[in-house]
Amino acid sequence: MFKQFFEWYEKRHDYARDWIAKNNSDVVGCFCSYVPEEIIYAAGLLPVRLLGSHEPQDVTEPHIFGMFCPFCRDVLAQGLKGRCDYMKGITIAQSCLHLRQSFTSWENHVPVDYAYYLPMPSKVQTRHARPYLKGEYERYIKSLEEWTGKRISNEALRESAELHNENRRLMHEVYDLRKDPNPSVTGSEAMVMVVSSFLVDKKDHNAELKRILPELKSRTLDRETGSRLMIVGSENDDTKFIKMVESVGATIICDDHCTGTRYFWNETKFENGDILQDLADRYIDRPACPSKDWEERTRFPHILQMAKDFNIDGVIIIQQKFCDPHENDIPILSEYLKENGFPTLFLEFDVTVPLGPMRVRVEAFLEMLSEEELF
Amino acid sequence: MAEYKTEPLKCWNKAKELRLKYYKDYQEAHKKGGIRWTGGAWALDAVPAGLGRDVYNITGEPYGASIAFDKKFSLECMEATEAKGWARDLCSYMRNYWGSMYLNKFAFGGEYPEPDFCYQDHICCSHAKWYQHVAEYKKTPYFCVDVSVGPYNELDENRLMFVVNQLHEAIEWMEKTTGRKYQDELLIEAVENECRSTSTWAEICCLNMAKPAPLDEKTMYSLYVHGTLAKHKKEVADFYEELRDEVKYRVENNIAALPNEKCRLMSDTQPPWGFLKVFRYLEKYGAISIGSLYTFGLIGIWETKPDGAWGPRTTPMQKGEKITNRDQALRILADWNLSKPEWQHFYDPDLKTEMMLQIVKQWKLDGVMLHLNRGCEGLTCGIMENRLGIAKTGTPIMTFEGNMGDEREFDEKQVMTRIDSFMETLGLQMMTV
Repeated sequence: MFKQFFEWYEKRHDYARDWIAKNNSDVVGCFCSYVPEEIIYAAGLLPVRLLGSHEPQDVTEPHIFGMFCPFCRDVLAQGLKGRCDYMKGITIAQSCLHLRQSFTSWENHVPVDYAYYLPMPSKVQTRHARPYLKGEYERYIKSLEEWTGKRISNEALRESAELHNENRRLMHEVYDLRKDPNPSVTGSEAMVMVVSSFLVDKKDHNAELKRILPELKSRTLDRETGSRLMIVGSENDDTKFIKMVESVGATIICDDHCTGTRYFWNETKFENGDILQDLADRYIDRPACPSKDWEERTRFPHILQMAKDFNIDGVIIIQQKFCDPHENDIPILSEYLKENGFPTLFLEFDVTVPLGPMRVRVEAFLEMLSEEELF
Repeated sequence: MAEYKTEPLKCWNKAKELRLKYYKDYQEAHKKGGIRWTGGAWALDAVPAGLGRDVYNITGEPYGASIAFDKKFSLECMEATEAKGWARDLCSYMRNYWGSMYLNKFAFGGEYPEPDFCYQDHICCSHAKWYQHVAEYKKTPYFCVDVSVGPYNELDENRLMFVVNQLHEAIEWMEKTTGRKYQDELLIEAVENECRSTSTWAEICCLNMAKPAPLDEKTMYSLYVHGTLAKHKKEVADFYEELRDEVKYRVENNIAALPNEKCRLMSDTQPPWGFLKVFRYLEKYGAISIGSLYTFGLIGIWETKPDGAWGPRTTPMQKGEKITNRDQALRILADWNLSKPEWQHFYDPDLKTEMMLQIVKQWKLDGVMLHLNRGCEGLTCGIMENRLGIAKTGTPIMTFEGNMGDEREFDEKQVMTRIDSFMETLGLQMMTV
């Protein structure tokens, strides 16, 4: 049932090339889930999030020092290897220092016509962030208009925001089905559904979601649900890892990843009478990346509430090696979840993960969870 | 045989006393009914100065570096932090600081002095999170200003006002937190002091263009530190003027930092504080590190002069501008800080490469040594692109790995061997006495 999403995920470059030919337009590579895709789409361009390929590589060492995360180096490798040679534009919305280096090295060493650094505020909790971000969007729009030679109208922005909202609502519907004691969606399927949504045109993605949803509601999976797990942490599109976890007596039920719920959880509310302010508010209010979660910690209660809503047994906390934003949260988050009755397992990820040793650790965690049920 | 005469700095002892006084003032602030706050060296510290003349701060980076210098205590701190579950690759200043807090030991003797509030700025991934944890652990109020609004050459009113508005918000918050009435005249005084001290530091660095260099970088570390402690204080601005005059005297009288200066280098990022002997090792080859973008621009504020040269930024006072109100003071403070050289590479490594090449040209350097500093992701951000950019111009360049605050990540033998090789490529031989 999720075949199309898997195909989009696996053949993302073919899809992008076809889209360019069909629409006679261009693709903009996005380096972070804080990039306002709605604006790019309203400009008639296709926003596509840049991901790695989970293959060992040796091309980024001259560009990014080895103490930065494997994901940022894997992303840059895609550009240096020419795999995104169809991509004429790139944009980053200010995120961690790691991914910024992928962007700046890409700009310097991979041929692109357009590169834009959008200084998304880090302090989203100040009231001043909202008008500030709106101002940044105005500046970004002006820059995009200069590049494309086309005006971006408020109407186009509104239509784009509605299309993106529809996509978020449809993915929420799929996630809601995962609350069921025997969910009709696996974690691996859900991951590829979300990840593919930032690789393809939202119109195509919405159409596919609408096609599968009625069938999905009556679907029964020929497998045991096992322990209900949540997965939390750094960027993660490691489908092999998720499949491994789901092969040893567990199901990933929900997540807090920028490649998962953080990407689509909240909608744009049309309540300011100003579409740019509406969009800015949406990105300010979305579930926070740890690098933007201060002074108050808003992530933790959000994650806890999700764990309760989805009736979770335990939480796997993953971290890309050297990922400072998550490293700055993990010990406290882990303690917080334990205090609230959710056992945790911590795993460190690299470009490729050692599935054998990790299976042993996951199995031990699941055994511990089942012991708690027994006694 | 020495080619140049040399002599110790006359104000050296004063520099040491000033630094010890700073830590002592913080430690004893409560005895005098004063306020203590903690935050980063880049926090816009002129703002809390408006709370009164009895407000003292401790800045985390130089404090973490002081701990690193004491290897035994640093290891205790690191282990205390790791025991709490924190990753070993996080900022090593932060891990030293947290360790000192967990162990309840102050590096300068006694217990870790409890802050009344935390006040920080945020430009790298760890800045805001550092004091978020301190505030939680110590149950202290916390305010952090986001200064990550893009490079200075792209600054517009929207970006500037985002910082200025947060500074206004910080003042409201400080009044509420401390119960004190804010005094704008003290803020204005502090802003003027900050402009004076950071521009004067740049002036001192410019004097190091002289050949022989009047200062070596190892010595400069003990001098620039005042700007990282309390750049807004009159005593720091005054001290830098005194130091500038003495360095000027050294230049006029050909007094060298290194009597046998043969080769001029610069470094990059914070040094491995437990291994400053690296700089003494260079001297055996007649090589001197005259500074770095880090030493010059961490605190020093610079501008490009009409002739294209890099020089100290003209202060508002030098321009004849009189600061008369809070908003004006905060605008100047924000704009001044946003032009900080060491804030530019957070957005684009090319901006840093350009500045480094300007130093190579203007300070007449023979080579560059990049410290690939595993302890600071902020200043190491983009460093490999800096290496490529500098190497492209034909400037000799070497890298060595280490960690500013965690000696476990510094391989002394390997680094010295790399230096030997680099010296050989520069045509230098170790001198025999």
